[in-house]
Amino acid sequence: MLAGRSGNGVLGVDMRFRKVGATAAAVLLLLPLAACGDDGGGGDGKTLTYWASNQGPSLDEDRKILQPELDKFTQQTGIKVELEVIGWPDLLNRILAATSSGQGPDVLNIGNTWSASLQATGAFLPFESAELDPLGGPTRFLGPSFAATGAAGQPPTSVPLYGLAYGLFYHKRLFAEAGITSPPKNWTEFVAAGKKLTRGDQWGLAVEGASYTENAHHAFIFGQQHGVDLFDGAGKPQFTSQHLVLAVKQYLDFMATDKIVNPSNAEYSTPTQPIGDFAKGKAAMLLWQSNAVSVLAAAGMKPDEYGVAPIPIADPLPPGGKPVNSHVAGINVSVFKNTDNRAGALELVKFLTSSAEQQILNKAYGSLPVVKDAYSDPAFQTPQIKIFQEVLATTAAPLPQVPEESQFETTVGSAMRDLFAKVASGQPVGEPEVAAALEKAQQEMGTGG
Amino acid sequence: MADRPGATGAARRAGAGWRRPGLAYLLLLPALALELLVHLVPMAVGVWMSFRELTQFFIRNWSAAPWAGLRNYRVALDVDSAIGASLLRSLWITLAYALLVVAGSWLLGFVAALLLQRPMRSRGLLRTLFLVPYALPAYAAVIAWNFLLQRDNGMLNHLLVDNLHLTDDRAFWLLGDRSFVAVVLVSVWRHWPFAFLIIMAGMQNIPTDLYEAAAIDGAGPGQQIRRVTLPMLRPVNLVLVLVLFLWTFNDFTTPFVLFGAATPDQADLISVHIYQSSFVTWNFGLGSAMSVLLLLFLLLLTTGYLLLTARRRRRAV
Repeated sequence: MLAGRSGNGVLGVDMRFRKVGATAAAVLLLLPLAACGDDGGGGDGKTLTYWASNQGPSLDEDRKILQPELDKFTQQTGIKVELEVIGWPDLLNRILAATSSGQGPDVLNIGNTWSASLQATGAFLPFESAELDPLGGPTRFLGPSFAATGAAGQPPTSVPLYGLAYGLFYHKRLFAEAGITSPPKNWTEFVAAGKKLTRGDQWGLAVEGASYTENAHHAFIFGQQHGVDLFDGAGKPQFTSQHLVLAVKQYLDFMATDKIVNPSNAEYSTPTQPIGDFAKGKAAMLLWQSNAVSVLAAAGMKPDEYGVAPIPIADPLPPGGKPVNSHVAGINVSVFKNTDNRAGALELVKFLTSSAEQQILNKAYGSLPVVKDAYSDPAFQTPQIKIFQEVLATTAAPLPQVPEESQFETTVGSAMRDLFAKVASGQPVGEPEVAAALEKAQQEMGTGG
Repeated sequence: MADRPGATGAARRAGAGWRRPGLAYLLLLPALALELLVHLVPMAVGVWMSFRELTQFFIRNWSAAPWAGLRNYRVALDVDSAIGASLLRSLWITLAYALLVVAGSWLLGFVAALLLQRPMRSRGLLRTLFLVPYALPAYAAVIAWNFLLQRDNGMLNHLLVDNLHLTDDRAFWLLGDRSFVAVVLVSVWRHWPFAFLIIMAGMQNIPTDLYEAAAIDGAGPGQQIRRVTLPMLRPVNLVLVLVLFLWTFNDFTTPFVLFGAATPDQADLISVHIYQSSFVTWNFGLGSAMSVLLLLFLLLLTTGYLLLTARRRRRAV
């Protein structure tokens, strides 16, 4: 085919195809790059992406609660907001993925116990006085809640959004049937009541055994009563202390030796499972955060069918133990540093922490307003809310605000999840097993920081 | 070859231009570039990450992560530590899982393909029905299994305990020892239709005169399967087994959706294990090192398998 090469027309065709080919190649090459260049945030630079944590009975319910409020925000400011509600099992991983890729939301919710851990990534906008003053300054927020916004001595990278505290929920009818007249005040009374309440299909207590966050919170609360410091002065984990072993074992023993928890609870990984059991009268007590109220309402339980009391405190306290029955729980709101609409993002934070929105949202979620001026609403003066307020103000302690905190939750919380599974499948779980699991959790920590 | 005059000749010349190697490569370039971008670049990034101390302090700006040398590999391979020991344990569990799933899927697929070889009225319907698990979106299919296998509200225990009264003890299927059985069964259920599809296609390529000849020689159905079907399917099976093995070994969706965030110890498959150990401590360097080790292991295994089967094939020839 020698002759073919000399033809002018042929060369032309060849050239043309080459050009087309090259253009196609260039376009195809650049397409994914262009996609990478878009740093999320809605694309047009005006629309905000908002990641909300799951506060209500379901992700869908959350959307129904939040969307009208965000529409209000759009009306007031002209800024559109794209809402995504994310369940707790995924939230931390999604935030980490967004941090590493830069493909994140503009504004997002975080569990307030993660504040210092996420602050350490440097991905969030610090709230200096220029950002805090338009919100009313630090003093407008409740003290304990504002203390859980980042490591001490650094500008916070989040501000409080919803306040939460743990309480003991008890089923009034089941209590009356068992002849128990008042909620237990210490753990001896608690286990005794639990045993009375456990019969047939009914159990004394329901727990979310496969949830690392729930497990970790209880490790902290029981740990405080046993005098545990999770981290030493230098921020190193101390999970192998005998006190923590006893604390974790006390919580596991509700299922293992006291047998007041249904072994099936070891499978439970969403809040609606244990809270649903409680609502259906299959369990008589819950150790839960104040937002259980909205899940109970969705499950068809009326507020007068259950009571709320502070979580029991050991009496007498073990040596070194502290009278703590909740951590300073809550949800904070943060802004991603690389947002392309920083002013809009801060505007949304201002809107969410405004007195009016604080009242609407916290009422809907059964949580506590984090700004003092929102408490004028009589909805926050009920006896139930007063109990949670009292706990938050007097017997709640903040989880350590250190970068490794979130890893305490994942390592120790997951270790407890595995221990629950062992208990449920009939394997012995005593002090040596708990100590070994915590030892492993501590080793895993060693590779993180 | 002589040049022929006329229109045909011109067309041929244009065709010749098409066949020039430069243009061919140019047209391949987009696909090649995408392949690089989608597969090789992330892999290279993963290898790079495995040599870094990529923790929470650096995930926003990876390039600032300090050099870790071989430290991540040492941690992953130190079987005396909790991390190394659990990685090794996970590897054994995954090997057992992959072998059982491949064997189960292949056997089911083979038997079903064999039974549906003979023409019968409901053949088309059955073939379609058998492919359903493969056609369903993985998430929807596996989450349904999660509901079926729950202890108190699951269908399986309802069937075993309340309907059939086989046992009084409600068993845990998503916890403890049975969780391994559960994940193997669900995975076989998901993968066998693929084996069925491939084996069926392979069987249809076996000429019927081979069976006729075997029948004339007095071979029964059993002998026909052993002497005709299986040897003729050999090339198909070699690829099928390899592909199934690699898929199940790397399977992330089935265990992750079946167990959620709470993977039981007994069903701690390696892909989920690596994912979780990265996210539990936010140490992505260590997670990457584990991934690279997994990659090397599978590469070694695949090469060994291909060499072995190639040698056998040569010997057979």
